[in-house]
Amino acid sequence: MSFSFVREQMVEPAPAPVNTAGPIAWARRNLFATPSDSLLTILAIVLLVWAIPPIYGFVMPNFLGGDAVPPGGTVEQCRVETAGACWAYISARMTFFIYGFYPAEEYWRPNLVFALGTLLIIPLAIPRVPFKRTNAILFFVVYPVVCFYLLNGGVLGMPSVPTEQWGGLLVTLIISLVGIICSIPIGILLALGRQSKLPIIKTLCIMFIELWRAVPLITVLFMASVMLPLFMPQGTTVDKLLRALVGVTLFSSAYLAEVVRGGLQALPRGQYEAASSLGLSYWKSMWFIILPQALKHVIPGIVNSFIALFKDTSLVSIVGIFDLLNTVQAASSDIDWSSPTQAITGYLFAGMVFWVFCFAMSRYSIWMERRLDTGHKG
Amino acid sequence: MSDISSNSAEERAINASQMKVSDTDVAIDVVGMHKWYGDFHVLRDIDLKVMRGERIVVAGPSGSGKSTLIRCMNRLEEHQQGQIIVNGTELTADLKRIDEVRREVGMVFQHFNLFPHLTILQNLTLAPIWVRGIPQAEAEATAMHYLERVKIPEQANKFPGQLSGGQQQRVAIARSLCMQPKIMLFDEPTSALDPEMVKEVLEVMISLAEEGMTMICVTHEMGFARQVANRVIFMDQGQIIEQNEPETFFSNPQHERTKLFLSQILH
Amino acid sequence: MAVQDNIAGPPRTAFYNDPVIRGIFYQLVVAGLVIAFLTWIILNTAQNLAAQNKSTGFGFLFETSGFGISFTLIPFDRSSYYWQAFVVGLLNTLLVAVIGIIFATMLGFVLGVARLSSNWLIARCATVYVEVIRNIPLLLQLFFWYFAVLKAMPAVRQSFELPLSIFVNQRGIIVPRPLPDFEIFWVAVTAVLALVAAIAMVVWATRVRTKTGHYPVVVSRASRIAGLIVTFGVGYLAISLLGTVVPALSLGPVFPLIGALVLAGISLSPYGRYGRVFIGFAIGWAVANFLLGGMFAGLGEGIIVLGAALVALGIAWTMLSADRRSAATEGKLPLALPVLIVIALPALVYWVTGASLAFEIPVLERFNFAGGLQLVPEMVALVLGLTIYTAAFIAENVRSGIQAVSKGQTEAASSLGLREGDRLRLVVVPQAMRVIIPPLTSQYLNLTKNSSLGAAIGYPELVNVFMGTTLNQTGKAIEVIAITMLVYLTLSLTTSAFMNWYNARVALVER
Repeated sequence: MSFSFVREQMVEPAPAPVNTAGPIAWARRNLFATPSDSLLTILAIVLLVWAIPPIYGFVMPNFLGGDAVPPGGTVEQCRVETAGACWAYISARMTFFIYGFYPAEEYWRPNLVFALGTLLIIPLAIPRVPFKRTNAILFFVVYPVVCFYLLNGGVLGMPSVPTEQWGGLLVTLIISLVGIICSIPIGILLALGRQSKLPIIKTLCIMFIELWRAVPLITVLFMASVMLPLFMPQGTTVDKLLRALVGVTLFSSAYLAEVVRGGLQALPRGQYEAASSLGLSYWKSMWFIILPQALKHVIPGIVNSFIALFKDTSLVSIVGIFDLLNTVQAASSDIDWSSPTQAITGYLFAGMVFWVFCFAMSRYSIWMERRLDTGHKG
Repeated sequence: MSDISSNSAEERAINASQMKVSDTDVAIDVVGMHKWYGDFHVLRDIDLKVMRGERIVVAGPSGSGKSTLIRCMNRLEEHQQGQIIVNGTELTADLKRIDEVRREVGMVFQHFNLFPHLTILQNLTLAPIWVRGIPQAEAEATAMHYLERVKIPEQANKFPGQLSGGQQQRVAIARSLCMQPKIMLFDEPTSALDPEMVKEVLEVMISLAEEGMTMICVTHEMGFARQVANRVIFMDQGQIIEQNEPETFFSNPQHERTKLFLSQILH
Repeated sequence: MAVQDNIAGPPRTAFYNDPVIRGIFYQLVVAGLVIAFLTWIILNTAQNLAAQNKSTGFGFLFETSGFGISFTLIPFDRSSYYWQAFVVGLLNTLLVAVIGIIFATMLGFVLGVARLSSNWLIARCATVYVEVIRNIPLLLQLFFWYFAVLKAMPAVRQSFELPLSIFVNQRGIIVPRPLPDFEIFWVAVTAVLALVAAIAMVVWATRVRTKTGHYPVVVSRASRIAGLIVTFGVGYLAISLLGTVVPALSLGPVFPLIGALVLAGISLSPYGRYGRVFIGFAIGWAVANFLLGGMFAGLGEGIIVLGAALVALGIAWTMLSADRRSAATEGKLPLALPVLIVIALPALVYWVTGASLAFEIPVLERFNFAGGLQLVPEMVALVLGLTIYTAAFIAENVRSGIQAVSKGQTEAASSLGLREGDRLRLVVVPQAMRVIIPPLTSQYLNLTKNSSLGAAIGYPELVNVFMGTTLNQTGKAIEVIAITMLVYLTLSLTTSAFMNWYNARVALVER
């Protein structure tokens, strides 16, 4: 038998046979590959057929084939027995959900805050846009101060609006943004302290971090609202919103410290060695060499903590602050709009708002993670 | 590399030519096989008959489908057209047949794929105990025998993570041998190794060849191919371009593509 | 000059440039600042307390509470002490945590595996679940379940009635209350012992199998007999259930008896698998008929019976082809024996001792149900919310744990000829569990901490009872908050101690 073989004619690529390509092959491979797969597929379809039409009917207004009352409808429509979600109620109370009790003639101020925030955060989030440092300083330092004076008023002829009147999505965003902005520097210091070789500093940082990580946020908020006034010199009153902010900041800085520590540990030792071999002092090497790299690495982690914090802000409603969830909860006992689906519509709306924010941020975090991963290999 | 004068090229050629083509002599028969990944036609019109005791080296540029080809032979990948018959069993979706084939065909991977949570000895005895139902003591004795063959019996109770790459690959070979396979497939066994460790692995493979094991190796080690193979297969773009006895293959390549490849790989 | 300097021994450092002294200096400064801050706080607090005429100390724990708690595991009333309120709250927290952990683990593992399923639809459904649930705050979900679902249930008089005398209404879920007599104790003991015995038997048989290459003869023989008995029992059940779908078959107790005998007989013949397939078909039909009937109440009965039959045919087909495709059974441990041990032994004791387990069926009276066990809606909502929320996170841990086991591991195991079950049991699961368990433990801790949100919907757990009611009544803010935080701190430190121990134990040995 001879082995010799030389191909004279190359075989050109051919399309896959029908039974291995195209939609039918796709279904066979992905839905009906084995009998148990087929069974699972059928069961899932049965479940979906059972669950989706009622949900669709409940959520969608009638021009899309559902039973919901679209924005602009009346409360009588919502009180019909077969009515679905009462979106009319949401649209009617929308300003309450967004601004709380903020005076209507001053809405331009929160609006300006929203606009400025969007304007600053978009270029900050896109890696290609230059002037990151200026942008970051504007966002993390200047913006909060501007916001405070804009919202609180009392300067430049703007009437003063006390924090009790702030509410809704505005407060949810304020708490989560202030929480993350204040906790980043504290978190960095704590992380550096935990990595430090000095035993007293290290122990203090570990104790601080582990204490706040161990307890539920709700106990921290209780503590802040009950004990903070006790801790202050006699006669000082601490604003309710400020108490919640302190609680949230303490809590999230402990979590952020752990995120930053992850970034510090992920840096190769060589970076530390190179920095000290250049003769840089501890703070200089941290500031110029270590932190810029470590922080860039933990951007996804920071975004994830922000998502967690954003969801956790809903807990401030327990200590009586009118965040988005609390305004929805309060509005659900509004007699003018009382209907069988009032409460559930409110929760659906709040759920969708939270979901859109969190989902968008989690996608961003995943995108950044991929980008950083490939950036390092290349 | 070590001398294996007892098995010179001519002798091997004679041995091969004396082989009779009968069903019992064919280890693997691939007939008109095609494979697609989605719309990508990875393997095109593969015809290959491997005799018992044959040592085949599959060479070719990366992405030419070499690894996919041998992974089809124990159904780690499925083919869409044509036939693959291993030890007289045709590979289809039937799990029983796949089990049958896999028991008789050993495979060594580029990245070893040892089980990191088991000791070396447990790695070696796992399949004999759970697939073949061999008593533990016996399986361990066999394992120690093969560990001695690959010259690392003293590592038996260590974990894979404690061994060097070359040692791990030798353990992986021993692990396959413990199932006493009739055919061994090697998927670039030395590509992930440091240069000084390549030799120890090749030595084990050469000694296996000397014992008459049927072997199909995807490798870039042309020295190994010259020394051990009785056939070299050159693949490109998912098809077999040229195959020949190593002597002729290296000294007198026919196809333009083969010439180009050899000129780049041999200095 | 320079040379001489070097010879003159180590250059002297100014003391403020010595790193050790600098370190000590920094630490002293920080410690001083912290102490000063704490002192300031303590002084302020003392002043504030003095101004409010409040005392400090833990004496209040032994005062009577004067309030009632709606749901308690231990006796508690107005005359109980505050420390008892603390215990009630702690127990309630632990109760929901344990129940939630069990359910969340089951749901989370199923979802995690489903996310990696090769079945596109199943994987998509699991992904949608995870992405929706984990991006919505838990508190909102709790409000949804409590206010929008459970509180919107019908009033007591219009309660939903589920099978087995379970009622759902505004006041929660009312289930039959088990009324065990004394002999039940022995049944329970036997059940535990039987479970231990079955596990021990499996472990022993596996060990013998490893050592000698085959399962012990005693076990194989007993398994064959057990298989016969189990087939008979399950066959009886299957044919009885079939009677619920096809009324013509419910002719009386004799018919299932004969059918079961026939099925047991078939299981001895080479056509045993058709008997098993028939049993699967019958049970599948009955169950699917029941479920579909509940889900699509509007459809005609005929359509539902037909649909159920289709599902059951699917099950039968699956069983048949799984049976055909799976290789010889000689390497597999027959499960009939342990199953029989676990079921039959307690049943035997139940029969011999004449124990009886009666149920107090809830009965609708004029205004409320009498009898039965009431699960308060607060607890149901909390367990539901915690389970659903945590399961999404556990699913992600399970998914990444399984993905962490490289494809090469499965390929190597397959190329050695290991079958799917053995591949999972011996290679994939042991490696995946090492990755899954640490984050899983922290999810358990999170769930326990999140149970404090029960306070917002009125479930009497630790934060609600102690940090809420007790604090309001006594005003001992510092003491109450310190105790509560200490409880969570203890839980957390215990968990992380366990995790450190586990990580050290299972760490893969590397060079």
